[in-house]
Amino acid sequence: MNDEVIRARGLVKHYGSIRALDGLDLAVPRGTVLALLGPNGAGKTTAVRILTTLLEADAGSAAVAGIDIRTNPKRVRERIGLSGQYAAVDEYLTGYENLDMIGRLYRLGRQRSRSRARELLERFGLREAGDRPVRTYSGGMRRRLDLAGALVAQPDVLFLDEPTTGLDPRGRTDMWDVIRELIRGGTTLLLTTQYMEEADRLADNIVVIDCGRAIAEGTADALKTQVGGERIDVTVETMADLPRADAILAELAAGEVLVNEHARSLTAPVSGGAITLIRALRRLDAAEVRVLDVGLRRPTLDDVFLALTGHFAEPAADETGGDRLQ
Amino acid sequence: MMKRLAYSVADGAVVAKRNVIKIKRVPDVLVWVLMSPIMFVLLFAYVFGGAIDPGGGINYREFLIAGIFTQTVVFGATFTGAGMAEDMQKGIIDRFRSLPMSRSAVLVGRTVSDVIYNVLSVAIMALTGLIIGWAIRGTFVDAVTAFALLLLFSYAFSWVMAYVGLLVPSPDVINNASFMVIMPLTFVSNAFVPIDTFPGPLQRFAEWNPVSAVTQASRQLFGNLPDLTGVDAAVLQAQGVRIPTPSDAWSMQHPVAYSLIWVVIILAVFVPLSVRQYKRTARR
Repeated sequence: MNDEVIRARGLVKHYGSIRALDGLDLAVPRGTVLALLGPNGAGKTTAVRILTTLLEADAGSAAVAGIDIRTNPKRVRERIGLSGQYAAVDEYLTGYENLDMIGRLYRLGRQRSRSRARELLERFGLREAGDRPVRTYSGGMRRRLDLAGALVAQPDVLFLDEPTTGLDPRGRTDMWDVIRELIRGGTTLLLTTQYMEEADRLADNIVVIDCGRAIAEGTADALKTQVGGERIDVTVETMADLPRADAILAELAAGEVLVNEHARSLTAPVSGGAITLIRALRRLDAAEVRVLDVGLRRPTLDDVFLALTGHFAEPAADETGGDRLQ
Repeated sequence: MMKRLAYSVADGAVVAKRNVIKIKRVPDVLVWVLMSPIMFVLLFAYVFGGAIDPGGGINYREFLIAGIFTQTVVFGATFTGAGMAEDMQKGIIDRFRSLPMSRSAVLVGRTVSDVIYNVLSVAIMALTGLIIGWAIRGTFVDAVTAFALLLLFSYAFSWVMAYVGLLVPSPDVINNASFMVIMPLTFVSNAFVPIDTFPGPLQRFAEWNPVSAVTQASRQLFGNLPDLTGVDAAVLQAQGVRIPTPSDAWSMQHPVAYSLIWVVIILAVFVPLSVRQYKRTARR
């Protein structure tokens, strides 16, 4: 059996003159989680829509669960589950009716569709809300229902397109718990996100994508190593403190100290962790530098992204529209 | 092929059930659907009715009802178009697309569930009609046949509007788009005025217009056409009764057959066209 459940080669997709995907390669081994990480408009959603047969690629090839998406899209649909950033549920139906309908359309039959619907509502904490129209659900509940919809036919592969975009912090943590439980169950998962933390927490492997192209790939740790180790951030009280603080940190730093005059803050790459931090604080104190804030930071995936692309992975003003051109 | 058809029907039924639940949960739409035919009946019967003489001694209200039936079921197709356009904008359509379901199911489900609107509005109109002086003078079987023909034609026509619904960018456009199609079809027909009152070229159009055929067929089956056999036309004319010139077009001589031909043509053209457009829109 093919060990790579998702495999894509050279995917290209244009929307008019915009090149949404520019030769994307992906490989997701069975039972692993791949995060496609990138800012809005990077091509994440386009990639998912192509792999889930919602969209046809202009060039390139891909197989999902060993089935070619171009020649046999219908069989691919039998094996996948998709949950998008726009909860694909019917507002007027209840949660139960939504799941039952999906079961029927997967041709599970009346009995199995019903029991599966109840089972999933229970599992996603929607038992109480199950008989209420979805219109009355919160954003987080809709997403959970949508995810439940993706799982109705117990798919081999699950695609989650920005599963927590637009959720409040509580909804996000709940969603993470649910996804982690799926991962523990051995689901092969492709997840897109613009949140570094999300990729860090959930994925075995991360592909950083920008302008339709993979610009880096590896585990979270490997990517962090790529941009270097930890650093000390210091914010001082007045501009006058900056030069002295800069001099002190430069003695301890493993590289160049970055000074942000506007924010009166300094960033120094260091090695030695907490020991170096304590040493730095002692010297700053001895030099009577008034420190407002200080911290030892390990690199985040934001740093990785910045280092790789030269820009932050900040969500654009248009929160979600970029990838979805209709 | 048979398997595909069976899936299309089974999946279509699931989607239709979903649409019916929506009708139940948002009954406002239904109220409007049922109000407008009543408005039309009253408007034509009492505002224009006095000015239009169907001829042959037939009461205009009796003449009118079959026309209103046809007009209403044709207009009812607009709901199918709007529903389809709305479906395509909703998140649920992404779910449908990612499922291994029949690609025609969303269309089949939509057109089938909208039959409910038509059944209800025809029922409401029939009641309104009976109150204001319409009568079924044919046999029971003929009357049932007439209703069946109306609903069959409305079903076929809803595929036309479903196709339009897939073409328009948003449901708001649908009303204007359908107006362009439906207005000439219903007004240049025998639905509201007798066909022999049209000037030459328009009369030809009206005679071969499917809306006229369905109306004519209904009038025939309900027994709402003037029966001039064994009556001396001259005597009637002397009494001031207008004698209509019967159309000798084949379509008007055989309105049931001609209507059925249209049903078949519309379905044969618009079912494949709509399914193709759905797939295309779906993969954009």
